[in-house]
Amino acid sequence: MADLLKLTIDGIPVEAAPGTLLIDLTRRIGKEVPAFCYYDGLSQVAACRMCLVEIDGMPKLMTACTQPVSEGMVVRTETPTLTKARKGTLEFLLTNHPLDCPVCDKGGECELQDMVFRYGASESRYVEIKHHHDEQQWSPIVYFDPARCILCYRCVRVCSEGMGVHALGVVQRGAYAEIAPNVGDHLNCDECGMCIDICPVGALTSDTYRYQTRPWEMDHVATICTHCSGGCKTTLGVRNDEILRANNRDRSGINGEFLCVKARFAFDFNESTERLTTPLIRKNGKLEPASWSEALKFAASKLKQTRDSGGEIGVVGSTRNTNEENYYLQKFARQVLGTNSVDHQQSGDVITLLDALAGRKDALATADDLYQSKAVLVIGTDLAQQHPLIHWQIRANWRHHAARTYTISQGPVREDQHSVAALQTDPGQELQALPQLRDQLAAEPELVIVFGDTVKGAGIRELVAFGDSLGIPVKYVSLVDYVNSRGALDMGVTPFFQPGYQSAANAGLKGGKTLPQILDSGSLNLLWVVNADPLEQRTLASEEAFVIVQDLFLTETAKRADVVFPSASLYEKQGTVTNVFGQVQRLQRAAQTMGAKPDLEIIGLLAKELGAAPQMGPWMADKVFAEIRETVAGYNIPLPVIATGGAAQTQAPAEALGVANDPSLVRSAQNTLFTSGTLGKYSRKLDSLLESPGALYQDMGALELTSQ
Amino acid sequence: MLYNEPSPHEVKVLTQRFGLPNSTTVDTYVANEGFQAFMKAASMTPEAIVDEIKKSNLRGRGGAGFPTGMKWSFVPRNNPKPKYVVVNADESEPGTCKDRPLMENDPLQLIEGMMIAGLVVDSHCGYIYIRGEYRYLIDIMDRAIEDAYAKGWLGKNIQGTGFDFDVYTHTGAGAYECGEESALLESLEGKRGVPRIRPPFPAVAGLWRCPTVLNNVETYCAVPSILRMGGEAWANLGTPRNGGTKLFCISGHVNKPGVYELPMGFNLIRMIEDVAGGMRGGRKLKAVIPGGSSCPILRADECDIPMDFDSLKNARSMLGSGGVMVMDETTDMVQIALRIMRFYQHESCGWCIPCREGTLWLKKILTRVSDGMGQNNDPALIHELANNMLGRTFCPLGDAAAMPTIALVEKFRDEFEAYVRRSPMADLTATETPVPVGA
Amino acid sequence: MTLPPELEAKFSEILGKYPPQHKRSALVPLLLYSQDYLGKITQELVHEVAKRTGVFPVQVEEVITYYSMLHSPKPMGKYHVQVCTNVSCQLTGGMELYDHACKKLGLGHKEVSSDGVISLEEVECIGACSWAPAIQINYDFHHNVTPEKLDELLDNLRKVQ
Repeated sequence: MADLLKLTIDGIPVEAAPGTLLIDLTRRIGKEVPAFCYYDGLSQVAACRMCLVEIDGMPKLMTACTQPVSEGMVVRTETPTLTKARKGTLEFLLTNHPLDCPVCDKGGECELQDMVFRYGASESRYVEIKHHHDEQQWSPIVYFDPARCILCYRCVRVCSEGMGVHALGVVQRGAYAEIAPNVGDHLNCDECGMCIDICPVGALTSDTYRYQTRPWEMDHVATICTHCSGGCKTTLGVRNDEILRANNRDRSGINGEFLCVKARFAFDFNESTERLTTPLIRKNGKLEPASWSEALKFAASKLKQTRDSGGEIGVVGSTRNTNEENYYLQKFARQVLGTNSVDHQQSGDVITLLDALAGRKDALATADDLYQSKAVLVIGTDLAQQHPLIHWQIRANWRHHAARTYTISQGPVREDQHSVAALQTDPGQELQALPQLRDQLAAEPELVIVFGDTVKGAGIRELVAFGDSLGIPVKYVSLVDYVNSRGALDMGVTPFFQPGYQSAANAGLKGGKTLPQILDSGSLNLLWVVNADPLEQRTLASEEAFVIVQDLFLTETAKRADVVFPSASLYEKQGTVTNVFGQVQRLQRAAQTMGAKPDLEIIGLLAKELGAAPQMGPWMADKVFAEIRETVAGYNIPLPVIATGGAAQTQAPAEALGVANDPSLVRSAQNTLFTSGTLGKYSRKLDSLLESPGALYQDMGALELTSQ
Repeated sequence: MLYNEPSPHEVKVLTQRFGLPNSTTVDTYVANEGFQAFMKAASMTPEAIVDEIKKSNLRGRGGAGFPTGMKWSFVPRNNPKPKYVVVNADESEPGTCKDRPLMENDPLQLIEGMMIAGLVVDSHCGYIYIRGEYRYLIDIMDRAIEDAYAKGWLGKNIQGTGFDFDVYTHTGAGAYECGEESALLESLEGKRGVPRIRPPFPAVAGLWRCPTVLNNVETYCAVPSILRMGGEAWANLGTPRNGGTKLFCISGHVNKPGVYELPMGFNLIRMIEDVAGGMRGGRKLKAVIPGGSSCPILRADECDIPMDFDSLKNARSMLGSGGVMVMDETTDMVQIALRIMRFYQHESCGWCIPCREGTLWLKKILTRVSDGMGQNNDPALIHELANNMLGRTFCPLGDAAAMPTIALVEKFRDEFEAYVRRSPMADLTATETPVPVGA
Repeated sequence: MTLPPELEAKFSEILGKYPPQHKRSALVPLLLYSQDYLGKITQELVHEVAKRTGVFPVQVEEVITYYSMLHSPKPMGKYHVQVCTNVSCQLTGGMELYDHACKKLGLGHKEVSSDGVISLEEVECIGACSWAPAIQINYDFHHNVTPEKLDELLDNLRKVQ
């Protein structure tokens, strides 16, 4: 490690590594050097001039955001000159800034407000007419108020650099300069809302949150986004049990400040008027509202009856439920109902990957690996659309570390902007292109390989063999669709495995049917579906089968059901979820919907009805998780990590799994940024967007981004 | 041909070919010592060439006055990236009109200067960034370039020296800020003319982040003469540390405005009286802006001064580009201040807060004062706000707006106050003490 | 977008000045010469130029709106009269000359005559300070312009029409 440089800041001796910027160093030692435009992770602009400091030997005031430390440097951050400079610059900024604080969304969390409180210029000497330009709406989500904009260029930079979308530009010149959207008067973009959250003032606001409330009226609950498998931490702003906004401005979790459109804006499914709020029982062919006790008794009686008569029971678990719920469900199915026909829709062949990597240490990549690895190979996926967190990490890795990206995909992908090699093949043929990259990859010091659902079964073993042949350390990520797709596998919601990939057959559980087999079985007597919609695209062969469904909405599967229980969403329950990288994170209940119950409770109440409560144990999330920690291989993670909002890495199995997956079961839903399975269907916000439903593998340059 | 009657006081070095028929052609150029300096330089080491330039005390003629030899020595010729020679022909500083006649009458002199710079830094490609309004000069320059290629003075292995050099013209499209060297490079790269964070400087990371020599037209034009007559001889034409001659653009209330090549250090009063034919209409001198609108104004009693970089710096002004704007007693200084601030506000690129907002605010105050609606504290406010801009901005445009305004309001305070006295709003002042609640 | 052959040839000439990986450098010249040839900058041109220089259309808009000589979406007239009123011209009657032009043409700053033939702009220093007051009509310089001379120049524009 290079020697640390010694310097003095306000008389305090400090040490720092060469290359450290003064602004980072001063903040680290607790000195506040104000800045608007400086944003760690984005390029330097030195435009706001707030961070000026005095440095001995330099005649002019210097911007701390562009000044690296040097040996013997003497810096002052608090002097009368600097106080005057900060106040003067703020005064300039306020000349055209409207006095909107009483009605501006940002009030109470506005960086400009904070600075004016701190550095003065609260009384105006400006008697001229303010330059004003009316507010504009750029999309169903994004509003822009040019008058409030302080031209810090954070939005432009996060959109171009961070996201690679380049939807924002700076037009006009001088004091009339403005941020402009990419298509005439509106945006055609990811609608991620990064620009809104990064804006230090209220220039960019969101349609979902505008004029709703004040930040201090909300409870801010840290939980995990319910949509894709990235497992981004999100902070939900909740007032009176209603979710009003979602952001991650505190830059915590594995995702920093990154969130996509679904996390930020597609929480409105939670408040949808179509949420089920009462159990339903089919009477005379129609689903009628019923009380909980009636529905529970009815469903339990059917479960008991079917079990006791040796009937065929199929249980479908969920990729958007918690680990506790999936664990509890498969335990109920196997131990109480005596069935091994437990499955869910697999979207990535994690099973084969874990088998192929058995016994290896450090062969599975984490979110951080994607940001640190010197090289990344992406196969068979449009990351920017399907796994935006991963796209963000890789792009940031390229921006900050000049990492090299290689892609093999069926069409243009956003990585084309910076990748070293971009090969295109038909879906399913990606591995055939690998030899073309062999030499380049073998020359890398390390590699992370990310692959989608077209690489499965024997293909994965081929891929791992290829990775081994490179002679460098390689880590893998098998992409899966939803927030807890990985968790569903880890918790054994498949006929092949018990939780922790213990062979089901070895445990004496025989003859379990897979999901397609359950649906196609003419002799199925009872189907129990928890937060999944297998009948969206398929029919249930057994017309006589009694169907129990737990879900938020009246899905296609629910419409076939005989009993429907209203579920709480992931934002309304405690528990844990495991992301695509195998990292466990804890949820916090943020809101609640009257009438809906967490699925864990529903399953527990059914257990109680069957007299199986003692056997199953309490239906409380932390109790179930305690059991998971003790019994599920790889899940003995440190509790303090997840209790404090961290992500704990689970361990891959140490030995080969001994059971092969059936690759034909693996099929991704191929969501875009604007679709998210069942939840996405009920998000009016997602639906309202110009870009919705979105498409994969679009060439950004060919998009007709015109206002005509 | 843009050319005024020469003055006997001129020392015609850069302008020696002005007035010759066909002065833009290679044949005429070569017949009049053209390209001799290049051939000489081609047999010198880069260090020797730089040495000669350093001895000449040539300082940047665009306005900054940075020693050219030193600037060229910063370019790392051993850097593996290609090197570039870029000419700043953006000439937009109000009061400045010297690069126009240089390019119109002697375009090949500029090209020869570029080639010599190329020899020094191992560059084989030069771009001349010409302001968009100078379209006819782009045409003249293109024809001269074509002629040079045809006669073997550009392209590969020039005249058997083994040196390759290509030159291209590039048009601007109306932006004063593009005269700032890093903003010029941004514009040359096809972007908004917004300046760059420095360091790194253009010498190390310039055009397309490659090492680049970037100088004003006049600076390059001086180089062939320096090599022909020797650096020391050139230096001796001027004053110590301010070598050579300078093209001064004399304008305003004089009888013979024009572009005159005079030795550095020529006295300003003499310039007005002897070179420019004295004040028109026999009026009295009131003030002079010595080097373009960015330079603080000099009162008549401050004008007995040698016109070189150091003397003007000591007088708390600048030589700048040498745009000498002469004002007689009829001149309204408030109107001058307003027009200057209107210019900077219009040209402010908008990148940084103090310049973007400061120039607009100052323009509004000055407009209001000029329109007869000034307030008592306006002169003081103008002074304070201009000082709040000074030294705080991202690039020197902020200083260029602030310094002349400060000088005007300091030296001609009475004129501002006279405007305010006539204003019905004079006593209305934005209050420093808060209005009591309930009042 | 199909360009007139002359403009297409100009495009090739301009793009040929820069290394291929830096074709973005051609952006400002392409726009300015296109404006000269076509009279105005359309959305179609914006997309064409974006394609040729490898940038997004919004980045072309950024550039167009920054530079004073690029007039979009509203084009200037066939003859664009630019009167300088900066200091050297101001000292020699440039402001009065501009007022005179406004009155004579019945146009204000950046306004175009209803037949699209003449437009007027008060401009910053055009580099003719020692021969002030000076104006430009399109790219042609006129020096030492008196109100009478200005009248003559403007009258001639209509005559040429």
